[in-house]
Amino acid sequence: MSKEYKRSDGRKNNQLRPIVAKVGIIPNADGSAMFAFGGTIAIAAVYGPRQLHPQHMQNPSTGILRCNYDLLSFSVYDRKKPGPSRRSNEISKVTEWALAPALDLKEFPAQVVDVQIYILQADAGTRTAGINAASMALAHAGLPMKDLICSVAVGKNDKHLIVDLTKEEEDYEEGEGATDFAMAKLANHDELTLLQMDGKIQPNIVKDALKLGSEACKEVYEAQKKALKEVVNGGEEK
Amino acid sequence: MSYIENENNEAHEAIRDSEDSSDFMKRFVVVPGETIIEGEDYLPGEGTRREGSKIVSSKFGLAEIAGRVIKLIPIFGAFIARRNNVVIGRVTDITYSGWLVDIDSSTSGFLPIDESPRFVNRNEMDQYLAIGDVIAAKIWSVKTKGIDLTLKGKGLGKLEGGFIFRVIPSRVPRVIGREGSMVNLIKDKTGCNITVGQNGWIWIRGETIDAEIKARKAIELVSEKVHVGGLTDKIEAWFMEEK
Amino acid sequence: MSGMEMSNLTIETLDRMFADKKRFDSRGLLDLRNIEVTYDVSDKAEGSARIKMGKTDVVVGIKLQVGEPYPDSPEKGNLMVSGDLLPLASPRFESGPPGFEAIELPRLVDRAIRESGMIKFEDLVIEKGKVWTIIIDIYPINDDGNLIDASTICALAALKSAVFPEIDKEGKIDYEKKTDKKLPLSKDILPLSFSFFKLGNSIILDPTREEEEACESRVTFGISKWNSQYMLNSCQKKGEAPFTSEEIEKIMEIITKKFDEVSKKLKNFL
Repeated sequence: MSKEYKRSDGRKNNQLRPIVAKVGIIPNADGSAMFAFGGTIAIAAVYGPRQLHPQHMQNPSTGILRCNYDLLSFSVYDRKKPGPSRRSNEISKVTEWALAPALDLKEFPAQVVDVQIYILQADAGTRTAGINAASMALAHAGLPMKDLICSVAVGKNDKHLIVDLTKEEEDYEEGEGATDFAMAKLANHDELTLLQMDGKIQPNIVKDALKLGSEACKEVYEAQKKALKEVVNGGEEK
Repeated sequence: MSYIENENNEAHEAIRDSEDSSDFMKRFVVVPGETIIEGEDYLPGEGTRREGSKIVSSKFGLAEIAGRVIKLIPIFGAFIARRNNVVIGRVTDITYSGWLVDIDSSTSGFLPIDESPRFVNRNEMDQYLAIGDVIAAKIWSVKTKGIDLTLKGKGLGKLEGGFIFRVIPSRVPRVIGREGSMVNLIKDKTGCNITVGQNGWIWIRGETIDAEIKARKAIELVSEKVHVGGLTDKIEAWFMEEK
Repeated sequence: MSGMEMSNLTIETLDRMFADKKRFDSRGLLDLRNIEVTYDVSDKAEGSARIKMGKTDVVVGIKLQVGEPYPDSPEKGNLMVSGDLLPLASPRFESGPPGFEAIELPRLVDRAIRESGMIKFEDLVIEKGKVWTIIIDIYPINDDGNLIDASTICALAALKSAVFPEIDKEGKIDYEKKTDKKLPLSKDILPLSFSFFKLGNSIILDPTREEEEACESRVTFGISKWNSQYMLNSCQKKGEAPFTSEEIEKIMEIITKKFDEVSKKLKNFL
């Protein structure tokens, strides 16, 4: 694994794109936030805990977390037709699995916490930006949480491990090609809640990839904390 | 996550302290998972938990270190229904045995026919309370299936006239103030009847429309200021300016 | 935020308030909230804008596609207005197939813009059998009332800022390359929408969500100016409570003044 690798936007291997994080952007929601990695912008709203209808879907022993992720039609160059796609269905589900470990859903039997994530502008890493926004929105909604969830995409271009891939880097074709490894973890605990990978990566360097991702997650955590605290420290909210 | 059970008074105590500005008390914003303090002697209050030698926050809010029990004051979040809470709700349906009431909680509210303050005939239920009517009720039992309400008690019953609006539930202690000081100030200055529900819904009825508008504005101002001390004085000053 | 429905006593109080020409936020019955328009919501769109009208927040994006003209208008390009009431924006909106409100919103914006004649459809022809379709996508981000009027202004702003993407030598669109050629829009025509809401005998403009829920009916007009002449382009009444002809005449007097007022405000943004 070479130490010197020139990324097309000049970033170092372990450097994230500029992060923008803001909390409280949707007054109607119980919690809301926006999170951007460079040109990828996600917004999230949390409604709940609230009653779950229809009644037969209620689980008397635990609450449910419901996530809905989607791209706005003009967030991508080739307009996406409105309505759920298979891809958005899958991402909705893995997002739910990525966020649920942070919540104690047994505190809300028969109730639901709804998380809505939309991508305003997509430039790779949309699911990771979405998870980061949703994590802030859940905290903003006052839900009891074990920790915040931080997410980044680690990747590989040929033999070089890099963090927060752009679309161009996802399409890299030389050598071993591109590997995209999206991960999420509890900020202060060694618990990985999202693991998704496509590409070619040797088993013995997975631990390096995870280490790179975990380090990068620290920067995400700092941005999330700052955005949440800014909502209060102004003296006024929203 | 285990914590020491706390009554609703916790948030009221927080208000008392903020008006006093004690030196021994430290209060700062924390996010879930953040360490509040380290030490074996401390006890985790509601909204916090112990992790090894640390007391860690379980919610986004204001951590307060004043004594052995570490407290977490929520700033945002949905209403958590508790026994004896006074809430304001809207009737959504009438069944054989009572009225279904929306109290803006994650579990629905129910007012049994026997809990109305006077006798109501089963075929005249909608004449006492119709769909869309508003009540000030007390929670007398909280179950997974639903929340049971009663109208028996002082200050409870069907509300007539005026209007209702919502503030974030965790701001209600601010709106009420230490021993009612804030809400009483607003009542004095506007001459309005005001009932504050723990669920964030507030009822105002005044002699004039202007008084009602002013009372609402004052309450909204108070509920938006999260981390500000000396609020009673500031609102007094605001009323002076508004003349 | 609450999904609690409007209560009887609040409706009665709002009725009295409006009759006394008063509103909670101290506006006049026909006063609009503060309008703020920004651009570049998405650089993947050919044009995009975001409007904040009070707490109402809407984003609109423009995408251009190449296709065949409709058989009954071979010399013209096309317009499609789409959108969704995302559950993000309000506890009232649910996931799933669009309800009536979600269907109505893009349709009303479509008619206000299309019927005004602002878009020069003949200039959307690339060659015989090949035309541009302009697609307008509307997404409310926070619903605090008056989504239709806010969405129309936002769509207008997005259209005015939009540019054509490049077409490469093989005739394929390269969305990653934007030209600096703006859409063929008539500079003189500015389509706006005004929704007049009625409660009791009072008529108001630009309600908050609370006010809108208390109102009994609404009539929305699309209006533009054409050859220095005010022109109504579309109209739709919603709700069961009727309007009297006197009320409609009064609205006709008010709407031209409002059109001038809002056009002037928007000059800073467009």
